[in-house]
Amino acid sequence: MLYRRLFDFPTRGFRSPLRELDHLRRQIEQWDDALSGRTFTMPAAGVFPLTNVTEDNHNYYVRAELPGIKSDELDIQVTAKGISISGERKIPLEGDNVKYHRREREAGKFSRSINLPDDIDTDKVDAKLESGILTMIIPKAEKSKPRQITVK
Amino acid sequence: MTDSEAKEIQVKPKQEVTSPAEQTQPGVVFTPGVDIFETERELTLLADLPGVTAENLTIDLRENTLTLTGEVAPFETANEQDILIEYEIGKYYRQFSLSNVIDQSKIDAKLVDGVLRLTLPKVEEAKPRKIEVRT
Repeated sequence: MLYRRLFDFPTRGFRSPLRELDHLRRQIEQWDDALSGRTFTMPAAGVFPLTNVTEDNHNYYVRAELPGIKSDELDIQVTAKGISISGERKIPLEGDNVKYHRREREAGKFSRSINLPDDIDTDKVDAKLESGILTMIIPKAEKSKPRQITVK
Repeated sequence: MTDSEAKEIQVKPKQEVTSPAEQTQPGVVFTPGVDIFETERELTLLADLPGVTAENLTIDLRENTLTLTGEVAPFETANEQDILIEYEIGKYYRQFSLSNVIDQSKIDAKLVDGVLRLTLPKVEEAKPRKIEVRT
């Protein structure tokens, strides 16, 4: 979808109106899906894992839900402008004589890269994996931090 | 190992509960993905509950109805602004009706890395018995 490609990564300044639009778009897609009988919607990037990115004045925060993944099964690479997360989710076999009633959890490889709107301090990136949630705290590069200007 | 070696995980958005039971608190409620399998002796349930800690998880088994409720504490701090939001945070809720008779005293639940493993042993009488045919 052209719209998605153009606006996937809102730049500074356009952020909040686009967030509203994005929310509205997701809602419309959900209604559309409900009407056509499909059960779920594809989110913006369509790549596992689903990721939330937030920021404050000093850091970017990247969070992803990765249940059942150990920290050594996860590979995180940092570049000047973004990060990439890859790994493999393994679901061990439970023996030969088990009978499955439900099988909804998926195993497999994944790889995802996320571009951040501004430069980051690659040396101080912090990542932790806790109860299946990956949280990365990525400090912004000094030059991309907002500065408070005092009016004299 | 499973046949997962070559396969890539497909993204699967969290499924919202369509008709949640009476809600007392506002917020979204999701259905966790589960695997359920049984052997002759027990029934095992695996559920993906990212963000749920042991103290926020309630497992209730009452007359053959198993209810899982997992609360997720919001982890964002107040002054964070959203840039890209692909998933929402909410609690997890799912109910199952079990056909087997479960030995309530031997239920075992483990929650590791956001995955619950619930082992429900069947009571002795429910275990299948081989019937010898005499000639």
